[in-house]
Amino acid sequence: MPSADLARLQSVARDCRVQIIRMLTHAGSGHPGGSLSVIDILTVLFGARMRYDPKRPDWPDRDRFILSKGHCVPALYALMAKVGYFPESLLITLRKLGSPLQGHPDRVMLPGIEAATGSLGQGLSMAMGIALGLRLDRRPSRVYCVIGDGESQEGQVWEAAMEAPKLGQPDHPLDNLCVFLDYNGIQLDDFVKKVLDLEPVVEKWKAFGWAVIEIDGHDLTQITKALDQAEAIKGRPTFIVAHTVKGKSVSFMENNPEWHGKAPKPQEGIRAIREILGVAEGDWAGYLDRHPETAAIVRELGALEKK
Amino acid sequence: MPAKASRAAFGEALLELGAQDPRIVTVDADLSKSTMTAAFAKAYPGRAFNVGIAESNMIGIGAGLALAGKIPFVCSFACFVAGRFETIRMSVAYTRANVKIVGTHAGIAIGEDGYSQMGLEDIACLRALPNVPIIQPADETETKQAIAYAVEHQGPLYLRLTRQNLEPVSPPDYRFQFGKAVVLRPGSDVTILASGGPVFNCLKAAEKLEGEGVKAEVINVACIKPLDEELLVRSASRTGRVMTVEDHSIWGGLGGAVSELLAEVHPTPVKRLGVQGFGESGDPKGLYAKHGLDPEGIARSVMKFLSC
Repeated sequence: MPSADLARLQSVARDCRVQIIRMLTHAGSGHPGGSLSVIDILTVLFGARMRYDPKRPDWPDRDRFILSKGHCVPALYALMAKVGYFPESLLITLRKLGSPLQGHPDRVMLPGIEAATGSLGQGLSMAMGIALGLRLDRRPSRVYCVIGDGESQEGQVWEAAMEAPKLGQPDHPLDNLCVFLDYNGIQLDDFVKKVLDLEPVVEKWKAFGWAVIEIDGHDLTQITKALDQAEAIKGRPTFIVAHTVKGKSVSFMENNPEWHGKAPKPQEGIRAIREILGVAEGDWAGYLDRHPETAAIVRELGALEKK
Repeated sequence: MPAKASRAAFGEALLELGAQDPRIVTVDADLSKSTMTAAFAKAYPGRAFNVGIAESNMIGIGAGLALAGKIPFVCSFACFVAGRFETIRMSVAYTRANVKIVGTHAGIAIGEDGYSQMGLEDIACLRALPNVPIIQPADETETKQAIAYAVEHQGPLYLRLTRQNLEPVSPPDYRFQFGKAVVLRPGSDVTILASGGPVFNCLKAAEKLEGEGVKAEVINVACIKPLDEELLVRSASRTGRVMTVEDHSIWGGLGGAVSELLAEVHPTPVKRLGVQGFGESGDPKGLYAKHGLDPEGIARSVMKFLSC
């Protein structure tokens, strides 16, 4: 990837991380850990890869994205705002009464959301059905889906895993389907390994007949290359095992099960934003002077504390 | 017209409709010979998908196909589709996916296979979902028209079909109308609201009751959700007594729906006839007699209801 593109995507991912923290702090509830682990994947998909038109969310030839781990929808909302589905000002209505930004995605309230998810284990089946329907109509669209590692304990995931490489064969194989595993290693109660270990993940998906690629899910170049590879694979769907860090870019959230489903308090949110932006504590005041947009967010979060 | 199972009528209707509308596809979970989609699969091999014994995945794939513009019929036994309630709730209902859910083998009338294969709580489960209408046709004519309607209906829908043959009950000029019930036999002493398999037995029971001086009005309620409020209330207010008859649990099915409606808009004494507790293996006739769903049992229940 040319370095200018990489820098742009890095900047998008950083902005989105800030927005995730901002909206969750406003909401006072939600799931920061998994939103921060999945955001780099979504950044490449929405920022460089998928074909879509925010003005025409029902464009038949758009690529589809399904966030099966629906609780991490703040990451998706951040990207959707960034690419123009709705104004960024809407982000802070997350989880508030009347907002189209439901706590988990709602297909009807927010155009651009392809399926309601949040009850874990269901998104992949829907993604397969869409991929099949598109194949039957000989449409060029691709279907992307992200599942979680904790989510992979659901039985329906394995029904889908077993069926997808066979569905539509031989005339309409689902090589238009590309699934990411956001492998951050943590679920609500504890580490995935302690609750119900998934290993060996790569071997399992290979055994079911998928093309499997293993990457660092925070390396934008690796994500891009994996997507290139997936597009070149014919005759079967692709499964990308993306090794990620839960709470990535915020020191006190990283790799900590406590931050699966807890929103930061205003001061924690502000600190998280500073860390995401890579600013040392001593340089923060000066940074905010030079960056009025960040300063506005910090003021906004600071005001929440006084409420 | 000979008696025919509504699942068989469904299979025939689908075969015909499939030729007219290329958007129609089927998704089965290894029961296509029983749900009667096998003929469709043979006629349109690229449009029928058997995903193995994996009903949740079947429903999810159906939802995805609908989101891609297809009109999928996802088919299994009523008890197995309703068993995947949560998948229907999220992937179909809340997603507002245009999926036609077909549950065959409704009720104790399947007989020998016993309780595990009997759809007895499916209406109760799916009726709770905000946007899932429930249609249970009573004979071949009504089934074929209901299937044609299902294709036109925008949004999810649940069709409850029988394994057993159904005697014709619809009048010759019958036209299925969504949300409408039909008076099959007018009467003034009691209203019998029936749906699906037992409708024919209710007509037989009404004949018996006539001999005992009781004029029973028999209404076929094919559309369990939404109910035909106007017709039901009109009949209830004329007869003053309403009995519901269904091959389903008395908790939450047609009887539940009618009781909820009447309690709110026109309080009327209601007697719910249906299945209480678990079903069991046995010959279908014997099971209907045991649960009072045969003509004699229905007539007996009406007489008892009118005497109290």
